[in-house]
Amino acid sequence: MEINDLIKYIESEFDELPKGTLQPETSFREIEGWSSMHALLLIALVDNHYDVLLTGEELKNAVTIRDLFLIIVNRKS
Amino acid sequence: MAKFSIDGIKFDAIYSCVPHRKVKSSDYYHFSEAESLLFEKTTGIKERRVASEEITCSDLCYRAAENLLKDTRVDRGEIEVLIFVSQSPDHFLPSTAIILQERLKLPQNCMAFDINLGCSGYVYGLSVISSLLKNGLKKGLLLVGDKSTISTSFNDKSTHPLFGDAGTATLLSCDEQADSMFFNLQSDGSGKDAIIIEYGHSRFPYNKYIDEEIEYDPGIKRSRNHLALDGVKVFNFALKEVAKSINQCLEYAQISKEKVDFFVLHQANKLINDSVRKKMKVTEDKFPMSISKFGNTSSASIPLTISVSLQEQIKKQHLTLLLSGFGVGLSWASVSLKIGPIPVKLIEYD
Repeated sequence: MEINDLIKYIESEFDELPKGTLQPETSFREIEGWSSMHALLLIALVDNHYDVLLTGEELKNAVTIRDLFLIIVNRKS
Repeated sequence: MAKFSIDGIKFDAIYSCVPHRKVKSSDYYHFSEAESLLFEKTTGIKERRVASEEITCSDLCYRAAENLLKDTRVDRGEIEVLIFVSQSPDHFLPSTAIILQERLKLPQNCMAFDINLGCSGYVYGLSVISSLLKNGLKKGLLLVGDKSTISTSFNDKSTHPLFGDAGTATLLSCDEQADSMFFNLQSDGSGKDAIIIEYGHSRFPYNKYIDEEIEYDPGIKRSRNHLALDGVKVFNFALKEVAKSINQCLEYAQISKEKVDFFVLHQANKLINDSVRKKMKVTEDKFPMSISKFGNTSSASIPLTISVSLQEQIKKQHLTLLLSGFGVGLSWASVSLKIGPIPVKLIEYD
């Protein structure tokens, strides 16, 4: 499991995001126009690709894309 | 787990009624252009139908039922049970079903009562009315719908643009030849706060002081008399439970998903239904959607989707359907059944 795959999935899901702009340390809430609808897209994306359902609490505590990736890795192990 | 089957009950007709007035998502005052596009992408809602102040959910159900009864020329004297499933009754009391019994000129030997359920309500209502019919009643009228647009604050972008109004009528009767319906009904009160109108009844009675709107986040402003919705909680609940509920139902009915002609799910959000479909590995053409034109119509969404998207098929063919409703409560329910050919119609309330 690679963090770059997660980045690729997020960039392809969020239409408004130019490819190559996200890094592991990017704070995903700082994506321009971030809203609760982005959170739903993110939950659906992670569920679809990794079969992991992120809780509201996990999402609230995560800051960067690496944080999200680590939650997925922990939940899969 | 509440799994059970009921045989010998057939569908005679399904009619739906929506208000004439259309409201476009892109016209919502609190959305920027980017938000509006993202909203349409996520929820799938392009427009919805909104009833004017004087029209109630029972008016929409009445119009659907009156047209159904006239078109099918059914003997009203044979209707021995009327159930109204809604969370927007005419009054706190009496039950709206009893008012509708008189309006529809049904006999006094027709039992009538309300069921207070939201998005799972059509499947729950089917299970109750079918059980009663199975016990010796001739015909039953299931009226299901909501006027959800009265419950939200215009200043709350997390709820206001989601909901549309609709009322539906389903006529059922006893028929020994009819195939079995297989139900799987569930509930979880620990999720009661995920979708709630907190004030206005006996736990927290209505008082004018709480009419004042509080801003929870930018663009999310409402009073405690309004509907509050925790989008992430509801979304997670749906992703966790709906595919599971459907699979358990199919397993109980001993039907493979390939034998199901259509999966008709509650229309809460396109992203939820797409995710469930992907989990189940079912193609898009088997998941009819009506949300783009009508929004989330609560308990009416399943019969409305049948009236809108399966009208031609169901008028001509015998179909195997899997219906699944889920939401407020939390409450969720799936049923596997066979239906058709029957009359199905969509009516606009002028």
